[in-house]
Amino acid sequence: MIEVFEVRKAFNQGRHNEYWALNGISLSIEAKKVTALCGPSGSGKTTLLTIIGCLARPTSGRVRLKGRDISGLPERFLTGIRRTTFGFVFQQFNLIKGLSALDNVMLPAYPLGGDWRALRARAESLLDSLGLGHRREARVEWLSGGEQQRVAIARALVNDPEVLIADEPTANLDTALSKEFLAILERLAGQGRTVLLTSHDPLVVESAVVDRVINMRDGQIV
Amino acid sequence: MNTWIEKQKALIDFTLASLARRKIRNLGLLLVYALIVFLLASVMLFTHALRKEAGQVLANSPEIILQRLVAGRHDLIPPGYLEKIGRIRGVQKKQGRLWGYYYDAVLKANYTFMVPQPGALLVPDPGKIAIGAALARMRGLVPGNTISFRSYSGKLFTFEVASVLPHQSELVSADLVLLGEEDFRAFFELPPGHYTDIALSVANPQEVRNIATKLAAQLPDSRPILREEVLRTYESIFNWREGIVLVLLSGAILAFAIFAWEKASGLSAEEKREIGILKAIGWETGDVIKMKFWEGALVSLAAFLLGYIAAYLHVFRFSSLLFEPVLKGWAVLYPRFELTPEVDGFQVATLFLFTVFPYAVATVVPIWRAAITDPDAVMRV
Repeated sequence: MIEVFEVRKAFNQGRHNEYWALNGISLSIEAKKVTALCGPSGSGKTTLLTIIGCLARPTSGRVRLKGRDISGLPERFLTGIRRTTFGFVFQQFNLIKGLSALDNVMLPAYPLGGDWRALRARAESLLDSLGLGHRREARVEWLSGGEQQRVAIARALVNDPEVLIADEPTANLDTALSKEFLAILERLAGQGRTVLLTSHDPLVVESAVVDRVINMRDGQIV
Repeated sequence: MNTWIEKQKALIDFTLASLARRKIRNLGLLLVYALIVFLLASVMLFTHALRKEAGQVLANSPEIILQRLVAGRHDLIPPGYLEKIGRIRGVQKKQGRLWGYYYDAVLKANYTFMVPQPGALLVPDPGKIAIGAALARMRGLVPGNTISFRSYSGKLFTFEVASVLPHQSELVSADLVLLGEEDFRAFFELPPGHYTDIALSVANPQEVRNIATKLAAQLPDSRPILREEVLRTYESIFNWREGIVLVLLSGAILAFAIFAWEKASGLSAEEKREIGILKAIGWETGDVIKMKFWEGALVSLAAFLLGYIAAYLHVFRFSSLLFEPVLKGWAVLYPRFELTPEVDGFQVATLFLFTVFPYAVATVVPIWRAAITDPDAVMRV
């Protein structure tokens, strides 16, 4: 589904602090499978995730989504692909404080201009399915870490993306909550969703729900 | 089209929820903003309505008033002067007028004594007067009461109040005393044939200036005063007063401009982070800018409406309590009147342009700078 060819990514290119986060990565990610990018901090996992998820463009190399080259598309088109194809769960959850859980879940759908009532119903049912129906009107800063992550997952799923991208999803969770997350992951995989995540948590990497683990170090696959 | 409307509705919905998060800050901003619009709109509405009112009052006044001058000062029209004018083409009617000032030591105020023109609706019988509403209020007079005035020659004259002039005319009749010609001449000891000035009616407005030139040539010791000149004087007085109030307000306006610019254009780290999140979850740069535009537009529109409605009520319902002393002028016999509601579209548009537009721009510009940052920045926080 997603193919990456010789992708390189530099930060501060041409300056004294130039840094190559990715050094020629080539891989392909299968649809409807859970793939984990594993590696120590600074290995380039998150950078690769941002390139695959259309949040950033590679410095060189190609990224293909369902056979279509997306690495050279302008930002507007990347945004379009991002909001229909990918749903993101960030390490810090990145919820908007002061807004309710429900408002946060609905946010990615606002620029699409769909029917508001239908959107609200969809957001409510997502929160219900994640066991957060009773907390939908609560401000996100009042929620626990696990609840915040479930709101972030609901938000990632509200536009019904084919691919769910999660960056270090268990980094801020204890063991019990991490297991809860894996249970949700299993359910999503069961529904046929493609999941791509980064982690160096053995609980995730060694879990049966993960179909494939790609090990990375110094911007390369090892 | 439907999608576009739904999208704008969603953006407005989010903007409102977003504004509600910082209630105190945004309410404070809204109130200060509305106050500035209120002050500016009050001045504009008030002076505009006053100008309009003055114009309406003067609409029925004669086109030319002829005064006689002696040593550069206004003097009485001597007998035979009216006849001297003779027949000037275009003059419909010429009439000697009788009016004068009287200082009332009781109120420490000046009254205007005047004889109504022949044929006027209200011509008091001998021994009777009609008085202005402010005068009646200050002296506690009602129709049927009597009042005495000591004339400049020391004689005491007693008049019965026949009527109090209608409230609607208070702008021009606050200090007015209307009395018959005989009473007037007796009170001021004015011999028959003498007049204060001469009123001339001209049918064709194009001819007014020509007639004034002819009058000045024919009667070199006279001064023709045109109605349009009086109107212009009123206009400049109101403009001058409006200017004074605006200068007084300019400090407040400047302070608000700095405050609003700072509030609108300064992006907090939290706001920048939120923009990053919105971009990462699929918002385009344009969506973020639209959302912020709605934020600026909603705040400034609400402030504009609030301020303008409050100003309208202040001027037309509460007689411009705040600006009365500066804008109306000062007098012992203060006119109490309600202005006819009068809104000038051009003024509304000007005020709108100078209040809503800069604020909306001030909110959008910094957002544009923040919104073009890469969406992956949020992943590296």
